[in-house]
Amino acid sequence: MTAPTAAGAAPGAAPAATTTTAAAVQVAGVGRVFPGEGGRSVTALEHVDLTVGAGEFVSLIGPSGCGKSTLLRLVADLDSPTSGSIAVFGRPAREARLGHDYGIAFQQAGLLPWRTVRANIELPLSLHGVGRAARRERADEMLALVGLADFADHFPDQLSGGMQQRVAIARALAERPSLLLMDEPFGALDEMTRERLQSELVRICAETRAAVVFVTHSIPEAVFLSDRVVVMSARPGRIAGIVDVRLGRSGERGDDLREDAAYFEAVTAVREALHGGAEGVPSRGVETR
Amino acid sequence: MSAAAAPAAAPAPARARRTAAAWGHRAAPVLLLAALVAAWQAAVTLGDVPAFLLPSPAAIAGEFAEFLPTIASAALVTGTNALVGLVIGAVVAIAAAVLASSVRAVDLLLDPVVAGLAVVPVVALAPVLYTMYGASVETGRQIVVAVAVGVPVFVNTLRGLRQVRPVHRDLMRAYAATPRQAVRAVTIPTALPFVFTGLRLASSLAVISAIVAEYFGGPRSGIGSFITTAAAGSNYARAWAYVLGGVLVGLLFYGATSAVERWGTRGVRRA
Repeated sequence: MTAPTAAGAAPGAAPAATTTTAAAVQVAGVGRVFPGEGGRSVTALEHVDLTVGAGEFVSLIGPSGCGKSTLLRLVADLDSPTSGSIAVFGRPAREARLGHDYGIAFQQAGLLPWRTVRANIELPLSLHGVGRAARRERADEMLALVGLADFADHFPDQLSGGMQQRVAIARALAERPSLLLMDEPFGALDEMTRERLQSELVRICAETRAAVVFVTHSIPEAVFLSDRVVVMSARPGRIAGIVDVRLGRSGERGDDLREDAAYFEAVTAVREALHGGAEGVPSRGVETR
Repeated sequence: MSAAAAPAAAPAPARARRTAAAWGHRAAPVLLLAALVAAWQAAVTLGDVPAFLLPSPAAIAGEFAEFLPTIASAALVTGTNALVGLVIGAVVAIAAAVLASSVRAVDLLLDPVVAGLAVVPVVALAPVLYTMYGASVETGRQIVVAVAVGVPVFVNTLRGLRQVRPVHRDLMRAYAATPRQAVRAVTIPTALPFVFTGLRLASSLAVISAIVAEYFGGPRSGIGSFITTAAAGSNYARAWAYVLGGVLVGLLFYGATSAVERWGTRGVRRA
């Protein structure tokens, strides 16, 4: 109705095509209330503000029930906030989902058991009408990236849990998303597999330069992977503090980092932020809200 | 896949042993059956059991060979009834299940109807249907089969349609799949094994219903009619020969639907 005049003037109406500099995720004043039995509603999230820059790796950590998975689902538009707004690359979460702006991986690999590994990786591509040859080529690249080239024609049930999760990550990356959403993807794996996949994820992120929002229970995992760790508190779920980790560019982060002093310092900072008093934490880089 | 590949990769002696074991598995029930038939024959011959009580296997085999053309044509009639009823019943039941899974109101409406159908002795409807459609056509019998078959197919299909895992539903939404794409990529493959199980259960039921419906009248054409005629005429061995014909039709149906099930769920390995 007002389109002809408002086109260049409205500051909030920047077209999506020019938002390469926009933050990957912009969460502003978001709350989510679940209506409960007998009028007792549950506030899962309250007044959450968070910005994830392009190419940034941000972990959400907190006790069970702090709403970190809910926040991720809101960003993915698998659920809608009751208040506030969420923008992904400058456009509303729903548009971002419909525009295939992100890739996603869950705690359960969620592979389709009746499809081979290759067909599972090709799933998002085939849903979005990518041709057969291009799909095959991309699946080959992804299989090489996650080191499963020899298992292309296996079925998911023939793979270990760690391998299934790698297939899920390959599937999430198949469309070259600039944003990767991960909901405790390594939560069900043993410690050794977990550490190996973490290192792999760091390498993959360096190669793809995607921004990542990563939900986890594990402090070492969050510190090892992230540029920033968002610490959340429960009931109602809010952001209790943000710990700046930045242990070096993702490309140069190796396994020896796990024994580095800065790494332990950051682990301590996150732990202290988790256990109450975010204020008064002496460690550097802690913003309190 | 790997199950098929593994034996080929195994060294020859192991493969031979496994083949022998597989043959043992198949041969065991055949041997048991042969032993039972032999014991039956011996008991009838040595015990001088009267034919109306239990005819000997040899007598039944004799009647079976003698009346083979009649048995074959009767089996064809009964088999056709069972097949027509099975197809109609399955198509209607699957369509109803799809509707019930997508429209809540339909589900609420159908639920008591299906519960009612499940407890109705459907074959007992045969005399009513004979008067409705005429006692000289097979229509009544085919309807009996269709109704009997509908219940297990409906219940299993509906269950299968509700097995879609939440993570798969999230995945389809995250990838902005259209409803049509989601049905093709996730819902149908998830439900299919359940549909096939329903069909396999229904196939035996189809043949049994088709035979039993013939006991209640209608044209004298199928296995069931000939069993009653033979028994009424004190031709006990012949009655058993017809029963044998019915068993063979049932096995054929079961084998065919099992094969379809295996074909339809190939590649799907469930823990």
